Amino acid sequence: MISQIFILSSKGDHLIYKDFRGEASKDSINVFYERVTALSGDQTPVVMAHKDLHFIHVKQGGLYWVASTKTNPSPFTIIEFLNRLAALTKDYCGSLSEKSVRMNFALIYELLDEMVDFGYIQTTSTDILKNFIQTEAVSSKPFSLFDLSNVGLFGAETQQSKVAPSVAASRPIMSSRGEQGGKNEIFVDVIERLSVVIGSKGVLMKSDIQGEIRIKCFLPTSSEMRIGLNEELSIGKSQLKGYSSAVRVDECRFHQAVKLDEFDTFRILKVCPSQGEQTVMQYQLCDELPCAPPFQLFPSVQKDYVNRVLIFLKLRCDLPPKSTALNVSITVPVPKGSVSMSQELSSPDQTAELQPKNKALLWEIPRFPGGAQLSALFKVDVPGLSSASLLEVGPVSMSFELAKQTCSGLQIRFLRLAPSQTGLSQRWVRYVTHSDSYTIRI
Amino acid sequence: MPYFGSEETVKELKRALSNPNVHADRLRYKNYISKVIRMKDLDSWAQSEVLTFLLRYRPRSDDQLFDILSLLDSFLQSAHAHVTVATLRLFLQLASAHPAVQADALLRTSAPLLATCGAASRELRFAGLCHVQQVMRSQPGLFGTHYKRFFCGYSEPTYIKFRKMEILVELVNDENVSLVLEELRSYCTDVSPELAQAAIAAIGRIARTYSEKCLDILTGLLALKQDHITSAVIQTFRDLVWFCPQSTAAVCQTVEACVDSPQDSEGKQALLWLLGEHGDQISSAPYVMEGYIDGLKTELSSAVKMELLTASVKMFLCRPAETQDMLGRLLHYCIEEESDVCVRDRALLCYRLLQRGVEETRKVVTGPKSDPSMSVLTGRQEEPISQWTATFNTLGPLSGRDLCPQTAVISAADQPSSSAEKELLPDEEISLSLGSPLSHETFEKMWLDLEILHRQTLGSPRPRTAPDTLQAALQLVKIQTLAFTPGDTVPWKAYIYTRSTGTLILAELLQGDQQAPGSDESLVVSVKQQPVNQHAIRGFVSILKSVLQTLNVDSS
Repeated sequence: MISQIFILSSKGDHLIYKDFRGEASKDSINVFYERVTALSGDQTPVVMAHKDLHFIHVKQGGLYWVASTKTNPSPFTIIEFLNRLAALTKDYCGSLSEKSVRMNFALIYELLDEMVDFGYIQTTSTDILKNFIQTEAVSSKPFSLFDLSNVGLFGAETQQSKVAPSVAASRPIMSSRGEQGGKNEIFVDVIERLSVVIGSKGVLMKSDIQGEIRIKCFLPTSSEMRIGLNEELSIGKSQLKGYSSAVRVDECRFHQAVKLDEFDTFRILKVCPSQGEQTVMQYQLCDELPCAPPFQLFPSVQKDYVNRVLIFLKLRCDLPPKSTALNVSITVPVPKGSVSMSQELSSPDQTAELQPKNKALLWEIPRFPGGAQLSALFKVDVPGLSSASLLEVGPVSMSFELAKQTCSGLQIRFLRLAPSQTGLSQRWVRYVTHSDSYTIRI
Repeated sequence: MPYFGSEETVKELKRALSNPNVHADRLRYKNYISKVIRMKDLDSWAQSEVLTFLLRYRPRSDDQLFDILSLLDSFLQSAHAHVTVATLRLFLQLASAHPAVQADALLRTSAPLLATCGAASRELRFAGLCHVQQVMRSQPGLFGTHYKRFFCGYSEPTYIKFRKMEILVELVNDENVSLVLEELRSYCTDVSPELAQAAIAAIGRIARTYSEKCLDILTGLLALKQDHITSAVIQTFRDLVWFCPQSTAAVCQTVEACVDSPQDSEGKQALLWLLGEHGDQISSAPYVMEGYIDGLKTELSSAVKMELLTASVKMFLCRPAETQDMLGRLLHYCIEEESDVCVRDRALLCYRLLQRGVEETRKVVTGPKSDPSMSVLTGRQEEPISQWTATFNTLGPLSGRDLCPQTAVISAADQPSSSAEKELLPDEEISLSLGSPLSHETFEKMWLDLEILHRQTLGSPRPRTAPDTLQAALQLVKIQTLAFTPGDTVPWKAYIYTRSTGTLILAELLQGDQQAPGSDESLVVSVKQQPVNQHAIRGFVSILKSVLQTLNVDSS
C-alpha cells in the first residue's frame, strides 16, 4: 500500500508530491533526499528505511521517482509501478526530463489521481486512463508539422518521405479531446542490447543479446495490427543445428494483450496497441552470437622509456560493409598516477583524452564504417612506473550504437493494420542495437 | 467515491475498510476459489493484490490444495514479473508440506527470475538478484549453469555489482571455477576501491575450497603494489588462514616475499595478527614488527597499537631471543608515554602476565589457530525453504540483512482474540533468539518456581556425539545449554534454555530415569516457560526434535 509518491529532481527540488493515506508527513521528502545523497558506495539505494517508513525509488530521466510505504509490499510491484509511471509521463508529455515534468505537473497529478486510490494501484493502462484525463500536455519543443514534411522541392518525392527524424516518435500522444492535427502514425522499434566479454586471446567468453519489440502508437482508435516476424524464427535451445542460417532466440515473453494463435505456424503477432509506448515482445539469446562480434581489438602494451607506457590499439569492425557503428567510445584503464598522454589518431574526427579521475583514457569515434580498421597509438606518462603497473592496463570497455541492424537477425517482415483505419496511417520500423556491456580483455 | 461527508470521514472509512481484520466474511474455501477463478479477468496490479490477499488462507486438505495450485498454475508464467513472483510465493507457502511441489515451482520460475536479473531497469535487476540469492539458500544448484549471467557489466552501479559477486561466490563449482576466478580477477583492478576490495574478498571466500588457484591470483595482485589492493589481500589472507588452516604455509611464504606494507589501519592490523599468530613460520617477522614498534610514535590508530601489543607478546613466546628487546621498548612506551587509556591498560595487562611467568602467558594469549566451529558443519547447509518464505517477495531481501518483515499496522484495539482467527492466519515461524545469558542461580530459581507446562517424549535417543558437538549444534539454532551430566551416566540429563517472541523457555532433557516413563530408549523433554505461550513451546519442541534427529543421523 503506497503511502506517498513524490518526484524529486537530482538537486532535491520538489516537483510532485502526493499523499494517499495521511500516514506520514511531508518532511519525509527531505529525509529521503538526505539519505539518498548521503549513501556511500556500497550501500543499496533502492530500498531505504527510516523509522517505520520504507522508501523505494527508481531513477529515470535524471529524476528520483519515489514511493513510500509503511507496510511490507512486494518490491517488484512497486518498482514496476514506478517504471510504468515514468513511461506514462513520457508518453503524455513527449519526453522525460525535469523541464517537461515541471510544465506538466497538473497532468501528472491527474494521472496519479486516476492510477492510485488510497494507496492501491488501480490501473496503468493508457486506454482506460485516456477517458479520464482532461488536461492537455504542454511540450517543451513546439511540435511543428514542417518536421515531417513529405513533399520535397517542386513537389518531387524526396528521400525524406522514406525516413523520419528520430524525434518524430517523441511527441505527446493526443488526448481524446485534442484537435485533429497530427498524423496517424505507428512506430515499431526492434531494440537489442548486446553484452559481450572477449578474453585475452580473442576468444569469445560470454555473449548475451536481450531484445525487445516496442510499439509507439499515435493512432486515435486502436485497431488490430499484425506483425510478421521471420518465418524461420525458432525458439528454444536445440541440440541439433541444421544447415540453414535460421534465426534463433532462446526464449521470449509477450505482452498480456498479444494474441499468439498465429505465432506457432506463421510467426505472426496480433495486437491492438493502445496509445503510447508498450513492449510487445521481449526475447533473449545467450551464449551464442549468430554473427561475429562487431569489434575485435588487437592491443599491444609496452614499456617505452623509463616512465612511459605505449598502448597501441588496432580496432577492426566486423560488420558488413554497408553498415556503420555510431558514437563508438572506447575506455582503456591506465595505471594509477598517469599524468599526461600524447596520441596519434588516424583521422581528425576522432578524439581521445586522458581522465585521471577515472584512471582511464577515452577514445571516441563518431562513425565507424563496417569492415574498416582503425588504429591509434597512445603514449602515457606514468612517474614511478614498474613492470607490474602494466597489468593495470586493464580490460577495455566499449560502448556503441549499431543503427539499422539487429545482431540476432530478427526482422519484421510486414506490418499490417486492420483495414477499418480511416485515412492513411504511416508505419515506421526501426532497428537498433546498443552495447550493454562490451568488454575486451588484454 | 460518492460523498459520505467530509474528506476526513472518507479517509477514515477507507482506512477502516482496508483493515484486513474488519473484513466480515470468513475466508471460506468457496469464496477463495471464486476469487481465484476470476483472476484471469483482472489486470496485473489487481492480480498481484489478490495473490497477496490469498496468502492468508490455509487449505484444509490436499484436494483443496491441489485444486488451488492447478488453477493458479498459468500465473507462474505470467508476462509480468510481479505476478510471477507473487504466485511463486503463494505456491511455496501453500505447499509447505510438499517439497516436491515447491521444488517444481522453483524450477519453473527460475527462467523468469533470471530474466529480471537482466532487465533494462536497474532497480528491477537488483530486486531479481536479491530474490535469486534467497532461492539459492535452498537450491544452490538451480542457477549453476547460468553463472555467466551474473558477470558484472561495465556500466552497472556498484550495488548491483556487489550482489552479483556474492552470487558468483555461491555458484562456484569444479567446472566453472577458473572462468569465475578470471572474471573476479579483472574486477580487482577496478577504479573504485570498494569494488576492488569486494572482489578480493570474494576470491578469498572461494579460496576456502579452491586454495591453490586463488592463492596464485592473490599473490599476483600483491605485485601491483597498490595500497588498497595490498591491504585487502592481506585481510583476505588473515581470514583464509583462520578458516582454512592447511593454506597457512603457502600464505606465510607469500607474506614473507611481500616487501610492501599496508598503509591503512585495517591492513596493518591484519598483517600484525598474521605475524603474531604464525611468526614461527615467517622468518623475517621480528624485523617487520620492529619496524612497527620503532614507528609507534607516529601511529595514530589505537586498534593497531593494541594488535601490535598482542602480536608482540605472541611472538615473544615463540621467538624470545629476537623479540625480547623490542618487546621491552614497546611496553615501556605504552605504559609510560601512551595517552590512550585502552592501549595503556592492555600494555599493563601484558606486562603483569609476563611477570607471572611464561606458562601463564601462554595459557592466556594463545588461542585456537583456526575456526573451531568448522568441525561441526562442513560445507554450507541447505536451508529449508520455509525459513525464507516469509520474507520472499517483500522488502526484506532488498534492504539489507537486518530488516525484520513488518506486518501491517494494526492498532491495539483491533487485535483479534478469538480462536477462530487461528484458522485464517498460517502458522507463524517461531524464531528463537539467545538474548542475555542466564546465570546458574537464576536458572535454578526459575526452574524451581515454575511448573511443568509440557512434557513430551521426543522419539529419538540421546545423540552419541561428544558433548561439545551437541552444544555447538544447539547453539546454532539459538538454544543455549546450561549444563549436562557427563559422558554415559544414567540417568543422563541436560538443561537448556532459549528465548522466543517475548517468552523465556527452560527445558530439561532426560534419558534413562526409572521414574520417568518411556525414557529408557528416548529422550523426554520437560518444558517450563515464562510467560505462557503454547505456540512458542510447540515451535521450540519441533526445532529441538529436528536438531536431535540431524545429530543422530550424522553420528550413526
